[in-house]
Amino acid sequence: MKNKDEMIGGRMSRVDAVLKVTGQATYFAEYEVPNLTYGVLVPSTITKGRIKNLDTKKAESAPGVLAVITHLNAPKVPAYEAQEPSKTSSGRGPGMMAFHTDEIHFNGQPIAMVVADTFERATFAASLVKADYQEEKHQTELKANLAQGKVPKTNKSLQDYQRGEKDAYKNAPVKLEEEYVLPTEVHNPMELHGILAHWEAADKITVYAKTQGVKMTQQVIADTFKLPKENVQVHSQFVGGAFGMSLRVWPHEIATILAAKKVNRPVKLVITRNEMFTIAGYRPHTHQKVGIGATKDGKIVGISHWAHVQNSNYEEFTEATVAMTKFMYRIPNVNTTYRIVPLDICSPVPMRGPGEATGAFALESAMDELSYALNVDPIELRLMNYPEKDPERDLPWSSNHVRDAYKMGADKIGWANRSNKPKSKMEDGMWVGYGMATGTFGAHRRPATARACLNADGTLLIQSAASDIGPGTGTAVVQIAAEVMGIPASKIRFELGESKLPDAPIQGGSATVASVGSAVHDACLELRQKLVELSGNALKNAKAETLVYEDGKISSPKDRSASITYTEVLKRNSLPKLEVTKESKLDEDQQKKFAMYSFSVHFVKVHVHPTTGVVKVKHAVALADAGTIVNHKTASSQMMGGAVGGIGMALTEEAIIDHRFGRYVNNNFADYHVPVNADIPDVDVLFVDKKDPYTNPMGSKGLGEIAIIGMAPAIANAVYNATGKRVRELPITPDKLI
Amino acid sequence: MKTSKKKVENEARRDFLKQSSVLSALVLSPGKAVKDPEWEEKVAAPFEKVSLKLEINGIKHNLTVEPRTTLLDLLREQLHLTGTKKGCDFGQCGACTVHSDGQRINSCLTLAVTEDGKKITTIEGISKGDDLHPMQEAFIKHDGFQCGYCTPGQIMSGIACIREGHADTEDEIREYMSGNICRCGAYPNIVDAIMEVKKGGQTV
Ligand code: FES
Ligand code: FES
Repeated sequence: MKNKDEMIGGRMSRVDAVLKVTGQATYFAEYEVPNLTYGVLVPSTITKGRIKNLDTKKAESAPGVLAVITHLNAPKVPAYEAQEPSKTSSGRGPGMMAFHTDEIHFNGQPIAMVVADTFERATFAASLVKADYQEEKHQTELKANLAQGKVPKTNKSLQDYQRGEKDAYKNAPVKLEEEYVLPTEVHNPMELHGILAHWEAADKITVYAKTQGVKMTQQVIADTFKLPKENVQVHSQFVGGAFGMSLRVWPHEIATILAAKKVNRPVKLVITRNEMFTIAGYRPHTHQKVGIGATKDGKIVGISHWAHVQNSNYEEFTEATVAMTKFMYRIPNVNTTYRIVPLDICSPVPMRGPGEATGAFALESAMDELSYALNVDPIELRLMNYPEKDPERDLPWSSNHVRDAYKMGADKIGWANRSNKPKSKMEDGMWVGYGMATGTFGAHRRPATARACLNADGTLLIQSAASDIGPGTGTAVVQIAAEVMGIPASKIRFELGESKLPDAPIQGGSATVASVGSAVHDACLELRQKLVELSGNALKNAKAETLVYEDGKISSPKDRSASITYTEVLKRNSLPKLEVTKESKLDEDQQKKFAMYSFSVHFVKVHVHPTTGVVKVKHAVALADAGTIVNHKTASSQMMGGAVGGIGMALTEEAIIDHRFGRYVNNNFADYHVPVNADIPDVDVLFVDKKDPYTNPMGSKGLGEIAIIGMAPAIANAVYNATGKRVRELPITPDKLI
Repeated sequence: MKTSKKKVENEARRDFLKQSSVLSALVLSPGKAVKDPEWEEKVAAPFEKVSLKLEINGIKHNLTVEPRTTLLDLLREQLHLTGTKKGCDFGQCGACTVHSDGQRINSCLTLAVTEDGKKITTIEGISKGDDLHPMQEAFIKHDGFQCGYCTPGQIMSGIACIREGHADTEDEIREYMSGNICRCGAYPNIVDAIMEVKKGGQTV
């Protein structure tokens, strides 16, 4: 008998749950390495210019200090010498060459690393490093520099786009043109970033990293130090959240590797919470403008979307801020413009729902505004402009059940209680508002390889160099294998997070289950096939797909007595194990035939205090059209987590720079408010749960990004419904409502 | 054996007291030399280690630590009890929550020396062998986590929340669990887990 919870679509608890609740899960900073030393960074105190003089003597003579590494004494980095810090591994390299030159690109940039025998000693000694600078005038303010916006060179899909007539909205009978501003937001996973670097030989290094791709980190380090890939080993079995921040190798990681070389001992760097804001990326501050126009009966005729995005001054970062506008609704005339604005600040990095979460705030707020201008229900407006196929590429959807999701969500939140007139409902002395918004993200699948190894004792080992930053990759993979092989989950082990394992892509863009899960699926299919061929009995002539695989045995559906256990097959063939390694990828034709996207719809009910302007989300409903849900328990948590992130985005999160100094003023958890338990209401998660016929063998679509995309505008829309005040600059703090 | 050990410790303690008063006298006295941090560090070096007795998860430890070492860093870096996490080092996130004589504290805000003689319980100390603590079971059942990094702190806080009598309603739990940030956003599941343990009535 198959245990339903262990199959695709079940509710199995996480395979790593016991390790996580007992404190046994090992994150990068927790590996015990003999002779370990501790690195602590010294930040620049200016924003732009050069280091004139660096006094490290005091730090060097402080007790326990082994070295102070700076641009003056750091070992040479081959890729830096060749001036190609970003080229490594298609832009996932460090980008900025810490400890290579005297240049300062942003405030807080590491100018030195103190290495000592204890963390306390390194921390103290770091306070003794003094620098003199030759300061230059800096620019950190986006608004003041919009005119400096450039067309990105590195991402063709973000060049100016036009379909039909340009700015057609201007001639529509009902139109609006508004600006929407998103502040800088910071990933802030609970685990601090860093790396533990250990040179095992002059040309061989092992690192313990906080990465969303061990293969990516391996490649970047190999390219940066011009080492053969196999001489670089990366371990990253548990990652304490990342949300995109670990999709590249950061300069301080390379710096730690340099430090380990310098002191010839393993060095561990764990950056501070302050540094999580300054040196490890963020969601970029973005100014957007949307012009949208419709006929009086609600047909949208044109939309224009402009975005100006905060960037660093040393490399290009782009994200799909204006993408959703091109296809979410059936609109004949569309044009989009995307500009990057170089500033003296660290580079942004993708943050959950990169681009789309920012773009959806503008698009879905504008849709809501248009619905009031037309006096139609916002869901009605969306239904009237629902695209039967992808209007951007003129392709059929692989699947699109957004209309079902609207209906399910409206029922759950009690949309019928909503008044289309703002400021018309009160409850417990609070204004009540309802809002909704849509989100979308590409349903990607990347090539991945998995190894499936059946052991003589009937256990199954699955291996792939995937990451699990929290969603539950390991659990989903075990379920997929359990389903295909008919082996109980307790007998299946999944190994991930090691660079020596078969190739897996980065955990980004909500594609891990689709990529790695498919590889595991296909490897198990092939393993089954092999077992049938080796079975040596009546079954061996049967077609593998016509047989039944259950309880670790193969049987014929017609004649259940004609069965053989997997262990028996191995025994008969005197095999200690049977192994399959298989690469799997999406067939390119399929990709050209269908538009593949996940969709989400968020509904919220808010209370707004009439005098203080405090907003409280009372109830949230998060819906996903994400194909087959492999594990309802973990998928539900993932959607919930996205909704929580969206509440932060909407109401509290904003990293603030004092532009006089170019420095963050609230880079800690006391001043940058991520949601806490008391901020979060009941969140209902609903899935359409219909298999997508084309995306991958399981029929799943990604979930991680759509979980947050659309939540912030849903709240902004609900706040308008409650108060009649349209907030177009996040976060919606009380001062904006009173 | 026992007495002689105790004697050594007492002497060590007396030495420390003597030394530390010398040190504080130096630090308190005005003068350029004392203000020089490098010099201060040099003076501090011989006085650095302080002896400390802690019972951690039922095991008695006789330790020597620098006075500036936090309980969190002592646990993680010296005792390799890495279940207790560092999320901020500023008392702002709760990832480092442990129990000191049964009360929840932020171990990052606690200098180890101030805990002398106390009983510390960490996440590693709440299950009995393979038998998980009811709070651990409930976290698994309700999926009260994703990445798992905030989880030890949430569990230690959740247990304390019940012991303090602050888990009678969901809203109360939300309030009294708001010192523990979960960036993965597992809050509603965390509330469900704590509520279930509370309702189950087991002693925690
Ligand atoms: S690490 Fe102690 S409260 Fe954050
Ligand atoms: S589970 Fe990841 S921070 Fe709470």
